[in-house]
Amino acid sequence: MIDLHGYGPRLFEGAMVTIELGILSLILSVVLGLLTASAKMSRSWILHHIGTLYTTLIRGVPDLVLMMLLFFGGQIGINMITDQLYEHFGWDIFINVNEFVAGVVTIGLIFGAYMGETFRGAFLAVDSGQIEAGRAYGMSHWLVFRRIRFPQMMRHAIPGLSNNWMVLLKTTALVSVIGLSDMVRVAAEASKATREPFTFMLIVAAIYLLIATLSEWGFARLQKRYDVGYREAD
Amino acid sequence: MADTPIPLEVRHITKRFGNAEVLKGLSLKAHKGDVITLIGASGSGKSTFLRCMNLLEQPDEGEVIVHGEEIRFKQTRHGREPADWKQVVRMRAKLSMVFQSFNLWAHMTLLENVIEAPVHVLGKPKKQAITHARQLLERVGLAAHADYYPAQMSGGQQQRGAIARALAMDPEVMLFDEPTSALDPELVGDVLKVMRDLAKEGRTMIVVTHEMAFARDVSSQVIYLHQGRIEEAGPPEQVLNNPHSERLKQFLTPKH
Amino acid sequence: MDTLMTWLEAQLADNSIFTLQTFGYYGEGLITTVQLVSLSLIIGLVLAVPLAIGRGSPHRWISLPIFLYCYVFRGTPLLVQLYLIYYGVVFIEGIQETWLWVILEKPFVPALIAFTLNTAAYTAEIFRGAIKSTPRGEIEAARAYGMSRGLMLRRIVLPSAFRRALPAYGNEVIFMLHASAIASVVTIMDLTGAARFVYARYYAPFEAFLFVAAIYLCLTFAILYLFRYLERRLLAHLKPASG
Repeated sequence: MIDLHGYGPRLFEGAMVTIELGILSLILSVVLGLLTASAKMSRSWILHHIGTLYTTLIRGVPDLVLMMLLFFGGQIGINMITDQLYEHFGWDIFINVNEFVAGVVTIGLIFGAYMGETFRGAFLAVDSGQIEAGRAYGMSHWLVFRRIRFPQMMRHAIPGLSNNWMVLLKTTALVSVIGLSDMVRVAAEASKATREPFTFMLIVAAIYLLIATLSEWGFARLQKRYDVGYREAD
Repeated sequence: MADTPIPLEVRHITKRFGNAEVLKGLSLKAHKGDVITLIGASGSGKSTFLRCMNLLEQPDEGEVIVHGEEIRFKQTRHGREPADWKQVVRMRAKLSMVFQSFNLWAHMTLLENVIEAPVHVLGKPKKQAITHARQLLERVGLAAHADYYPAQMSGGQQQRGAIARALAMDPEVMLFDEPTSALDPELVGDVLKVMRDLAKEGRTMIVVTHEMAFARDVSSQVIYLHQGRIEEAGPPEQVLNNPHSERLKQFLTPKH
Repeated sequence: MDTLMTWLEAQLADNSIFTLQTFGYYGEGLITTVQLVSLSLIIGLVLAVPLAIGRGSPHRWISLPIFLYCYVFRGTPLLVQLYLIYYGVVFIEGIQETWLWVILEKPFVPALIAFTLNTAAYTAEIFRGAIKSTPRGEIEAARAYGMSRGLMLRRIVLPSAFRRALPAYGNEVIFMLHASAIASVVTIMDLTGAARFVYARYYAPFEAFLFVAAIYLCLTFAILYLFRYLERRLLAHLKPASG
């Protein structure tokens, strides 16, 4: 057996942090992505430009810099606001920026921009005749979205979604830099303490590969579900 | 007569795809200056037969002899393969093919397409190749299009360019694989005209086509294929005007 | 409004953060980042071409190891790869006594190795996709005109694949620029390293990180425009002439 020098349980906890962080930021990024896609496709000039500005800025700056800005700057920003609230209104609030929340918010915010592009492309790929057919049968705007546009869009979105998730999963490693004890941070500490970097880093690498392989399989199944009716009769 | 070897001869070509035998022992001899047209319904095996001649498809049985040199084969795990790929490469340089979908190289201009194989396969000096290429482009009516990329030209222009590319190899035999089938009807004429001129100047050509008028006017020999067999063969006036086979009669009857 | 103005004035009056010295840090950081990214991209590109060709080889003993290499390096975080190589080198018994230590002592070399291996894996995958999507007819034409495998690869397949890979490779270059920010984690004073230093010294996160974000944004746009220009030049042949 591999000797983990007692780091086993901490490594397991770290892996749990990685997975939770990944899933929560995925959910946030999908929500933000759908909002961004709608904003960019909207007829409103201002919404369109806000959407474009958001995706451009986020995609132009390294994840790590954004993360540090939000994490280190976020605390000061919130303190400034709470100070003002205390001065003017006498409300005594103290909000401590928690590393985990900061991680989820930053990663969600970053990948919201990428998801936005994925969803926008997918919505545009839906044949407009499909939507017209829905309208012609008296479906409301919302009903057309829910019953026709969304399911058809998902078929086009899944490859991008899957790709974004794989990148997102790897990006979670960056939270170790801002002090969150994910599995990379535990492994880095253990490497330094035991002078056995290969043992710990290779275990972590294997866990990432395992998660990636499992998700790939999951997305393939999801794709199959949304591909119903499109598979070639071969 | 006997001194100059026959440009291309194939004997008893058999080809199977899985269990289906698509060519059942076909032979053909192209003497210098022959224009042989292969006709037949789709699925008759005429394109596959043509592609066996320059070994784009590997025949399972049979011989291919180019300019008196027989291609050597060997038996491998995956079936029969040429024993010496260098020999195949050398022989292909003597047969140049014109494809149904032109297959000009998309990242090169027309001129670059035409000089590519002469320079890099035959080792011709580049300057000389360019001079020759410009003459050929002039001939096919594309002198002004030398610097165009394939995607910037019409289908008919691309196909005439592809013919210039084939001519640049100074081939022993030119193989045409349904050269007009992918073209809009109004563009077919220009391509056929170039091909008629080539036939007139004594080029050895093997042509798979659906253009019966071309077959009638230009060929020295017409071969009608049916289900991988030669059903009827001979001079065009005999095969096309006076067919014996019932199937060929039916094939030649215009369907409206 | 008044309070905002006075606050701004105060900020600008005793600006202790953006001094000549801080700009110096950022300048050196910029040089380090550009060096690290361009070196790893160039070496990675050179490695990627044979890898991409080998990946499509019919021989499993060539294609399988390359597949595994690409799979592992694309499936794990660059940070893990960096740690593995950085700590892996440092903790080799007795390495401090050898001549190798002279180059390996600085974190630049382990970082360069990690970045290079990473980008080579991604780039190989990009090229493989581009090679696979070469139109079948163009390959047939090359074979029919007597080209050998090597000649066909050199003259037909690779030139057209490189052009087709250009947009995806542009994304990879931007990705590497952004990923290089983690070099600061192993104490390299790159752009992000400079920002972290300024932050730690003045406790001024907004100034430190917004400024560096702006530099990265400019670099990103420069790369984007460079690739747009290249695409216009090199992909002209794929666009039908209109009008």
